[in-house]
Amino acid sequence: MDDMNKTAPHIDRRTLLLTGAAGLAAVMLPATASAEVADADAYILKTFGDRPIKDGKVTLTLPPIAENGNSVALKVSVDSPMTKRNHVKRIVIVSPRNPIAEIAEFKLGPRAGKAEVSTRIRMAGTQTIRAIAEMNDGSLWRGTASTVVTLAACIIG
Amino acid sequence: MATIRIAAPDTASKGEVIELKALIQHPMETGYRRDSKGEEVKRNIIKQFVCTYDGETVFEAEFYPGIAANPILTFYTKATKSGPIEFRWTDEFGESWAQTHELTVK
Repeated sequence: MDDMNKTAPHIDRRTLLLTGAAGLAAVMLPATASAEVADADAYILKTFGDRPIKDGKVTLTLPPIAENGNSVALKVSVDSPMTKRNHVKRIVIVSPRNPIAEIAEFKLGPRAGKAEVSTRIRMAGTQTIRAIAEMNDGSLWRGTASTVVTLAACIIG
Repeated sequence: MATIRIAAPDTASKGEVIELKALIQHPMETGYRRDSKGEEVKRNIIKQFVCTYDGETVFEAEFYPGIAANPILTFYTKATKSGPIEFRWTDEFGESWAQTHELTVK
């Protein structure tokens, strides 16, 4: 329990407001740190090798429009019985436009009971996010979803 | 102290798939942002989240700067027996925060 009493990272409202404005200004600058579709492809190749990825089984849910790219609700679910013999091993979320292609990796197993994960992500602009699920038999399945981002996340320097 | 919020049932029947929600207060600083003085804000993110159920890892997540501040996760696990469910976050500098929830399986 000791480690719970350490100082928590926190942001006060004033800092948040000020940096928010600075972040906005940064977005206006040329986007040098922005990734391309090729970066997302390279990351997928690095993670899964050149195994074939089939479309289907994976349902990725994002809002059609996000007013603020700093926090966009994401839900990914995979059509799998989640039994010992047939389950999802991991789900990787990849962005073609954020400065870093990988957003998150979730490791699941038969103990999950249900292959569904939700979180909130940052989006540096309008793009099509990909979710790739690896099954225990080694097969790969892909699902995609697009969101129009009105105000991009403050992550482009 | 890091503010942690957990949403999990206190009781479940054997074999039931239960929903677990875990949130931690953290800026998830990307390292791409500049502060009000125009200086780069150093990257500071939580890298890993692990959920163990009665000592066994049932769910793991690896985070990158593309995860929003105050990361929240909703996931599921199958209730097998009474025991502690531990939620643990570790940042990229090795500091970690944890909270445990007791689940009773009838």
